[in-house]
Amino acid sequence: MSVLAADPSLVKQVFNFDDYGALLALEHNSVIAGAVLGVVCGLISAFVMMRDLPFAVHGISELSFAGAAAALLAGASVVAGSLLGSLVAALVIGVLGVRARERNAIIGVLMPFGLGLGVLFLALYHGRASNKFGLLIGQVASIDSPELSWLVGISVVVVAALLIMWRPLAFASLDADVAAARGVPVRLLSPVFMVVLGMVVAMSVQIVGALLVLSIVCTPAAAAYRVTASPVRATVLSVVFATTATVGGILLALGSLLPITPYITSVSFAIYVVCRIIERVHGRARPVGVPARVREPVGAGVP
Amino acid sequence: MVFTSTNAERAKIVAGTPVLQLVDCELRFGSRALWHGLTLDVRPGEFVAVLGANGSGKTTLLRAILGLQPVSQGRVLIDGAPPRRGSPLVGYIPQERRLAPPTPLRARDLVQLGVDGARWGTGLRSAARRQLVQEALASVGAAHVADRPVHMLSGGEQQRVRIAQTLVTDPRLLLCDEPLLSLDLNHQRGVVRLIDARRRRHGTAVIFVTHEINPVLPYVDRVLYLAEGRFRTGTVDEVMTSATLSALYDAPVEVLRLGGRVVVAGVPDGPAAEPHHDVTSEVVA
Repeated sequence: MSVLAADPSLVKQVFNFDDYGALLALEHNSVIAGAVLGVVCGLISAFVMMRDLPFAVHGISELSFAGAAAALLAGASVVAGSLLGSLVAALVIGVLGVRARERNAIIGVLMPFGLGLGVLFLALYHGRASNKFGLLIGQVASIDSPELSWLVGISVVVVAALLIMWRPLAFASLDADVAAARGVPVRLLSPVFMVVLGMVVAMSVQIVGALLVLSIVCTPAAAAYRVTASPVRATVLSVVFATTATVGGILLALGSLLPITPYITSVSFAIYVVCRIIERVHGRARPVGVPARVREPVGAGVP
Repeated sequence: MVFTSTNAERAKIVAGTPVLQLVDCELRFGSRALWHGLTLDVRPGEFVAVLGANGSGKTTLLRAILGLQPVSQGRVLIDGAPPRRGSPLVGYIPQERRLAPPTPLRARDLVQLGVDGARWGTGLRSAARRQLVQEALASVGAAHVADRPVHMLSGGEQQRVRIAQTLVTDPRLLLCDEPLLSLDLNHQRGVVRLIDARRRRHGTAVIFVTHEINPVLPYVDRVLYLAEGRFRTGTVDEVMTSATLSALYDAPVEVLRLGGRVVVAGVPDGPAAEPHHDVTSEVVA
């Protein structure tokens, strides 16, 4: 804090709202991208938490990074490369890692391999340095129109897929045995969900970077689960939290020359902390979702 | 999906056509037959307890009836037709299992999954569905826990909600896979009574897999005992005797009746246990 107070230029670097209106007009693509990403990540986040897949998300994002780095080196489309890396990782994890233990082992093996490949490709690449680091830690707020169309296209596919398999996927995720007995294709849904997750991770990597995808694919639902036990409310809250983090983060970052990622991850984390505090205040004794007892007037029962 | 049966279908059931027929069934994994020559007719309202050591194929039998596991030989017929995945005729109650908190699933949500969880799409909120869920919970004495997260329910409460989840589709055959495991005596009694009341009032046949017959002893019509690839069916008095079980296991087994309880001693250890508590036999990714 004292450092910030001593150096006003540092504050200016982190928060700069000069010419904000003009910047906003210039960067409206980024805001739209943030909103789209927030909705999609909020939705998928609910299932990632239900299915206990945060580690898989991290694994997929490292291979997505390798794919993007390869594409950068080859001069191909970075989005396509990142999508390819993501899908390969998602399928490998989905097909080989049916049981939780196997899955974690496979992710643990894949992740450093992917990251290593990515480092190799970046070291061989002699283009703009900001391109390199953007893939890992996110980029300065600037999304061009072709990128935005990719993003919106993938989002439409993801949201449609999630809406179609919503109930069976929730059933299979929360109550697998009974879902199977009731005819839900539990084994089929697992790889299908991984592919959808792969798409989301690939688009998130473009905005927040491979290392920080979890902040918008895991944290929003993790926060929502702290304050509600209703699956519908949890999903709605998760979308609200994710969108707040992405759009809010981008708006805060707009004036600075820093990557948008730290703003997004900080907002996301702040929401999580607030949710834990709310949960705490409501009291651990009372199950979440059960109406609070009517508060007795102060002094009641005292003769 | 049709949840209520037509009058014609009801009449057929009341007439006593078997709800479940196993005709000369065999299930084989490699060279090992879990059971063979298995023939059994289960009539409406009948309570059949399935007993046997771990690995004797009790859960696999349930999987075959659910249409999740094809039999190697013979036929399984439900209401005269081969089993179909997700058939509303067949209900399934698993053993109690703790959910890791915080899982966003309340008792009412669990029951609702039983109503329409297998259908595609998101589904719309409907007053009719809500009422169906509420009535199902009330019918098992669990209306007061409707809004409580499943991971905060006691074992007994959770199993009551499970019964509501199954009965909400109005099945004619109820498959229970060790539903009393890890419940205390009081809750065991409550859960068994609910299942018994259901079959008496609605003629639902019950296949009750259990390793412990005493909690269901007063309700059991017949026993199916699986052991060493063989089986024996009959009433409790016919099957649970030293002579029958000794023949079945090919080893001396002692069956004692102590104050209305059946005590079995000397059952040899079965072959390597199958994962007997898991109808999907997989941890879902």
